[in-house]
Amino acid sequence: MVSTPADLHDKHDEHEHHGPAKGIGRWLFTTNHKDIGTMYLIFSLVMFFIGGAMALVIRSELAQPGLQFVHPEFFNSMTTMHALIMVFGAVMPAFVGLANWMIPMQIGAPDMALPRMNNWSFWILPVAFGILLSTLFMPGGAPASGWTMYPPLVLQTGDAFPFLIFSVHLMGISSIMGAINIIVTIINMRTPEMTLIRMPMFVWTWLITAYLLIAVMPVLAGAVTMLLTDQFFGTSFFLAAGGGDPVMFQHIFWFFGHPEVYIMILPAFGVVSEIIPTFSRKPLFGHDSMVYAAASIAFLSFIVWAHHMFTVGMPLSGQMFFMFATMLIAVPTGVKVFNWVGTMWRGAMTFETPMLFSLAFVFLFTIGGFSGLMLAIAPADIQYHDSYFVVAHFHYVLVPGSIFALMAAAYYWLPKWTGHMYNEKIGKLHFWTSTIFVNLTFFPMHFLGLAGMPRRIPDYSTQFADFNYIASIGAFGFGLSQLIFVYVLLTVKKGEKATDAVWDNPKGLEWTVPSPAPYHTFDEPVHVDRTVAFPQNNP
Amino acid sequence: MAHAQDRYYVPTGSHWPIVGSIGLLFLMVGVSTWLNGHDVGFWIMMAGFATIIFMVTGWFGTVIGESRRGLYNAQVDTSFRMGMFWFIFSEVMFFAAFFGALFYARNMAVPWLGGDSNNFFTNLLLWTGYESTWPTNGPDNVGGDFKSMGPLGLPLINTAILLTSSVTLTIAHHALIAGHRNVLKVFLALTFLLGFVFIYLQGVEYIHAYQDLNLTLGSGIYGSTFFMLTGFHGLHVTLGAIMLVVIWLRVMKGHFTAEDHFAFEAVAWYWHFVDVVWVALYVFVYWM
Repeated sequence: MVSTPADLHDKHDEHEHHGPAKGIGRWLFTTNHKDIGTMYLIFSLVMFFIGGAMALVIRSELAQPGLQFVHPEFFNSMTTMHALIMVFGAVMPAFVGLANWMIPMQIGAPDMALPRMNNWSFWILPVAFGILLSTLFMPGGAPASGWTMYPPLVLQTGDAFPFLIFSVHLMGISSIMGAINIIVTIINMRTPEMTLIRMPMFVWTWLITAYLLIAVMPVLAGAVTMLLTDQFFGTSFFLAAGGGDPVMFQHIFWFFGHPEVYIMILPAFGVVSEIIPTFSRKPLFGHDSMVYAAASIAFLSFIVWAHHMFTVGMPLSGQMFFMFATMLIAVPTGVKVFNWVGTMWRGAMTFETPMLFSLAFVFLFTIGGFSGLMLAIAPADIQYHDSYFVVAHFHYVLVPGSIFALMAAAYYWLPKWTGHMYNEKIGKLHFWTSTIFVNLTFFPMHFLGLAGMPRRIPDYSTQFADFNYIASIGAFGFGLSQLIFVYVLLTVKKGEKATDAVWDNPKGLEWTVPSPAPYHTFDEPVHVDRTVAFPQNNP
Repeated sequence: MAHAQDRYYVPTGSHWPIVGSIGLLFLMVGVSTWLNGHDVGFWIMMAGFATIIFMVTGWFGTVIGESRRGLYNAQVDTSFRMGMFWFIFSEVMFFAAFFGALFYARNMAVPWLGGDSNNFFTNLLLWTGYESTWPTNGPDNVGGDFKSMGPLGLPLINTAILLTSSVTLTIAHHALIAGHRNVLKVFLALTFLLGFVFIYLQGVEYIHAYQDLNLTLGSGIYGSTFFMLTGFHGLHVTLGAIMLVVIWLRVMKGHFTAEDHFAFEAVAWYWHFVDVVWVALYVFVYWM
């Protein structure tokens, strides 16, 4: 490691001018935020299709009453693996990929703050999910306890059990390192003129999300470590005979789990807060109140966890507290929805694909929010709990919520990433088929749940047959629709050249650099026209 | 070399992360296979562990080299500081999960097994005659009768040792800033020596617990929380002591100046963090 000033100088020059390395090494060793962002996004898309295929196994089995295709144990493995893969493998890495690509470009930074660690947080993920997917082929099958891993049920997992625990540990390590990188980048790497309150909403929501991640992923690691020691080393954390309590796992898990659902939706809020102003040709309505709302949601997310556990038994005072605290979340969320609508109000709106996905997000996410309010009511939840109503609720916030925001983001920034416009007609086709089929899939589940159909069961009473059949048709339609998205990605290079601004006078630093964005952007602090970079301060 | 500091240093590429990922793959697959009862897993695990040691040494070596060559400007330094701060915060939250388990068990789970709150019938029908108490190994007397670890004796000595080590570390830090290299060397060495004495006494305490008190990891919820909390803390002390040794070796080689010694401070923060965790442990696990 001894170097003379001369070769140091050479190295330095190389650092200034080099482009991407050649071959596979570019991807294995890269420290470039754009390369790493691309890998995250492609990885999450692959996981989205693997998790989606599992969802289609579930919907095939549920298309008719009775058992037709799979064993009940395998069905349970499918619900478990589908959830783990979609939560930790698809939605979270996709948002981290967006963060990697966009945050340095939106705040005028040369790269992420800790580039080597950035590479590592990505490359842990294939290891984690390789281990998790390998459990499908193990004696005793893949984990089948539900992604919540409640004991004592999860302790009946076969050989897959320690692999499940350690893959969750790896996902946690990856998320924590990614989140540390994002926080440090946002706090330390902004171009001097970008004060905190001037940051774009996507950056703000990710700052808050990253804080949530660092606060709760270690708690999940602690919870699964206790499962491991209970199984193999004779501890009694979740064993009543030894003075422990299985319910304690649920408390620790949901202390992680509830912030986790905001980890999956806050960056989505950020994305639509970028897109709606662009296509309404107005600054975001109430930018600062959006920041405070996101921060309030993050704070409240720490004190509502037991609303996932109303039926498990807890003191009345606990039920009351968690019920009212949960309902309180509707206030900042309402502020957000109001502001998105306020942004559109009397705007010169156009309806390109990213805008369509964002509009559907606002409308359909709100449906998921309302069903969440219904579930928050403790006495009513005793009826809804563990029914398809819950499945309908969280799929409405995750699919037309998080996934639609991710699609919107992909269409919005794809020209900036690739330098080419995607095919607008095909994009709109993707939007309409997705929107129709997502509702066909999940809307009937509300009725199924209210009528009493339990979740995570491969068979059901014949009275539920019609709605289940409709939901299964919707699921296959939605799954096939996503192939259109792959087609869009594969053909984007054939599209016309994108301009630097791409859209009609969008705001934000990322639109001031060429399309495709050069391998290194903002090597030096940029001095920017404030009316371009800081939309919310625009008169 | 001044021009190297004009801009933020972005390394051109590194093979250490992928080496680390391969190490983690072997480590995790190895541990899991071993736990499932296959001896080969132990060797896979050790291979993974060795790979990770290799990765950590190489990665930190690269970073130290870059730092020595003056590639890091003040902004890079701030990134490292913030990164270390948030890493320690994540560690705090990891311990919070286990402290949370302790508080939940003591204040809720165990009293409820004894019939508290609305659990009269739980006690009457499931765990007849169990009276809630702490320490406890539960209504089934899991692991057999045991004695708990009191706050006096070894734990008190260990508290004194760890608190003293924080003081010696601070003296070393002040010596570094004042340029008193010999004081720095002596007090830094004292710090990690105290750390290793702490770990040794912790080992003596564990042997005492297993042999004389019949207090084991399997002693119900008390044994679980006692050994998991003190065990993870001991693991962190071990890591921190190794980090102190590395810093000490770097001091002996003449690294660090009064203005530029982030690595020293990062290790110092980490050491104070394990110290604070110990104080919480001493109060809630040994004393109360």
